[in-house]
Amino acid sequence: MTALQHVKLGTYYVVHLPEPDDFDFWRERARSLVQCDVPPDRIAWVEPSGSGDLFAHGERRMPVPPMDARPVRANRRFVSLAKNAILHSDPERFALLYRLLWRLQSNPRMMEDKADLDVRRVEELDKNVRRDSHKMHAFVRFRLVESPNDSGGEEAGEHYVAWFEPEHHILRANAGFFMRRFSNMRWSILTPRGSLHWDGETMAEGPPAERHDAPGGDPMEDLWRTYYASIFNPARLKIGAMLKEMPKKYWKNMPEASLIPDLIAGAQGREASMVEKGKSVFSGEFEERPDTLAAIDKAIHACRKCPIGALDNTAVMGEGPQDAALMIVGEQPGDNEDLAGRPFVGPAGQLLDVHLEKAGIDRRAAYLTNAVKHFKYVQRGKRRLHQNPGAKEIDICRWWIESERAIVQPKLVLAMGASAARGLLGKTVSISKVRGTPIPLEDGSELWVTAHPSYLLRLEGPAREEQARLFDADLAAVKARLAELAG
Amino acid sequence: MAQQTILQKLEILADAAKYDASCASSGTAKKNSLGGKGIGSTEGMGICHAYAPDGRCISLLKILLTNHCVFDCHYCVNRKSSNVARARFTPQEVVDLTLAFYRRNYIEGLFLSSGIVKNSNHTMEQIVEVARILREEHDFRGYIHLKTIPEADAEIVHQAGLYADRVSINVELPTDSGLTRLAPDKDARQIEGAMGKVKADLAEAKDAHKRFKHAPRFAPAGQSTQMIVGADAATDADIVGKASRLYDNFRLRRVYYSAFSPIPDASAVLPLKRPPLIREHRLYQSDWLMRFYGYKPAEVMQATEADGNLPLDIDPKLAWALKFREQFPVDVNRSTKEQLLRVPGLGVKAVGKILASRRHRALRLDDVALLTQSITKVRPFICTVDWRPVMLTDRADLRSLLAPKAEQLELFAA
Repeated sequence: MTALQHVKLGTYYVVHLPEPDDFDFWRERARSLVQCDVPPDRIAWVEPSGSGDLFAHGERRMPVPPMDARPVRANRRFVSLAKNAILHSDPERFALLYRLLWRLQSNPRMMEDKADLDVRRVEELDKNVRRDSHKMHAFVRFRLVESPNDSGGEEAGEHYVAWFEPEHHILRANAGFFMRRFSNMRWSILTPRGSLHWDGETMAEGPPAERHDAPGGDPMEDLWRTYYASIFNPARLKIGAMLKEMPKKYWKNMPEASLIPDLIAGAQGREASMVEKGKSVFSGEFEERPDTLAAIDKAIHACRKCPIGALDNTAVMGEGPQDAALMIVGEQPGDNEDLAGRPFVGPAGQLLDVHLEKAGIDRRAAYLTNAVKHFKYVQRGKRRLHQNPGAKEIDICRWWIESERAIVQPKLVLAMGASAARGLLGKTVSISKVRGTPIPLEDGSELWVTAHPSYLLRLEGPAREEQARLFDADLAAVKARLAELAG
Repeated sequence: MAQQTILQKLEILADAAKYDASCASSGTAKKNSLGGKGIGSTEGMGICHAYAPDGRCISLLKILLTNHCVFDCHYCVNRKSSNVARARFTPQEVVDLTLAFYRRNYIEGLFLSSGIVKNSNHTMEQIVEVARILREEHDFRGYIHLKTIPEADAEIVHQAGLYADRVSINVELPTDSGLTRLAPDKDARQIEGAMGKVKADLAEAKDAHKRFKHAPRFAPAGQSTQMIVGADAATDADIVGKASRLYDNFRLRRVYYSAFSPIPDASAVLPLKRPPLIREHRLYQSDWLMRFYGYKPAEVMQATEADGNLPLDIDPKLAWALKFREQFPVDVNRSTKEQLLRVPGLGVKAVGKILASRRHRALRLDDVALLTQSITKVRPFICTVDWRPVMLTDRADLRSLLAPKAEQLELFAA
């Protein structure tokens, strides 16, 4: 008896699946239908929720395959695709898979033909299901509920519950993922298609749930939203890229998504203000360097590019011959300099004079100036207490010292103190490491770095003697080098 | 100042970490928490748990341990001379945050970096301590990516690799001169030295693992690096060249490109304008060509224009094809896989499908259309049984035919 004789011609078979994702059941039925040679168009596959009215009169008893029926052939690619595609919510999936299985019997390598419409369709279903699963792994958000638990244990009362709305029948297939990830946690995932419950040891399935069965919030969500808002860079808005991977349909169950509209709306403004803030300091009227010392003098009095300039003080211009071979750079004007409007007239300036004389350097032949042009202080009653300039303030003021250098063109620059060195180098150096050795500057001159005389003023006893000796040594080296450069 | 709350610290330290491009959590050893005491799993493929409006994926809690820093790199918002708000997490606070987020399925794990406080060793020890608490005290089996500090002792960096899935050392800038100018405290030789050491550790651990099943794992997701694009004058050719040397010399898993974006409290030596994001995109495309399409770095450089930069209006593969038109058309029914991979518009997947399908049928243009994203893009470069585009590849205006039409700015999209 051949298979064809066995099948009642004209019979429609109706297969009722017990679950919409029951691959094994489908495989068993499909296998015997193929063995009995039942063509695809004579079978109706009906899901639990689906309507079978159209085929109400179809044959529900399965045909029995003949003893000599050939084994059903299906390659591995087909099986792995079918297992996944069957989770799709398209009611046509069972029929499609059966048609493919049927065709595979005469063309066992058909799955390789990617241009075949049936192959393409089943690959598409597989892809949709994999995407839905992936989004479930990603977008499930657990919320913590404290619940009385009799089983004891350390975190017995902690139960994590999530609400998720999958598009396809993927819940059961993904139970393993969440079990492997959160094995030592009590959790439940509720969906309109069913629910999963893990207690740390066993997995239980439950009936479909509704949204209000799941908890409404979690205190940790404030932190999560803060993180989400902070990690976003407003200078690189790419809304399309976000929507492609996180379509709006998922947003309603993701706590962070409520922030998105405001983040987008504010992004342009945030970027513009960052750029604007930078601009106000470094461009505009600063683009052209002043070409005379008098012009610099005038400009620094008007300079309000950093908070120091906004204090009640006077800009202190450098002084000395415009063709000086030596430029001496201090930190910033002090109280005395600010009042006098001249550099190095206070106690540190006087100490400098003593040491310069000792080294045989003529102060009147040098150009003396400061890395920062304004006096920075805090008011304490009637007194103005000196404050060190910040690195940023020094960097802003660098523009002026560079302008002075461009005009004076000294052969040698002596920077006194780390702030002065930063004003010339743009980076902070350690004085003890760089003193005594020249640092070449871009314009061909050389920079020597030493301590600031005010440092000597703060020391006493042997420490002061030691520092004064080092300071003298530096000045002597500068003097010698100046003579070399002049010769 | 009053004590900062965790929320305030998170705000500052996540904000400070947003310029780091990497957020990958893929390619590590498979592990799960069955039979353990804690939580966490990695299954090879990373998962993006959310997307920010900048289009970037959020898969890890990416934060800095602290944004205090003794270094003064101009491109960095956390540099010493910057006036940004500062904060500091304790290792335990980072651990608690990571676990709380992970339990709620917000993240795949942690990507921890830090400003340099006190000194490099101290900072690196703190970073390693976070990973140690997570792994040893909480049996955390999720993903951990640690940024290592090149100036730190090799021994501490090695420790980091034993706890982490991935370690990374930023090269920061594509040229040594750029690094000298913009990152005065950093040293290119030291950075590459540290990468070399990690490469040796990776090789040793891999070898040990072959012999002993229980040999300790060392950064199973390998090492990666990041380069800032557009902060200095380096051209795309410089960048591609640097990336390919890094891939070759240090077996890096990934080189990330981060388009320099304006930072609050910017330094004077930086450009104020960001480079077009499309430039970063073109660099990733060229990276892809080298990693998956068999292009040699020199070939990617051939795709650049006279100024050494990749064209912005068309992708580098199309740019290369337009320069080497004699290599086309490629016969989809006969050509090798390597030749097919050179066709603009054909991706690795499409080539796979073509190779499989042509054993069953002689492909016609309509068949190819089914297997590719866009036949318009592919058509000038292929021939099929019923299609031969000889004239088209000779057309002088081919580029303008294929270049995408000018688009409205992204800002106003969607």
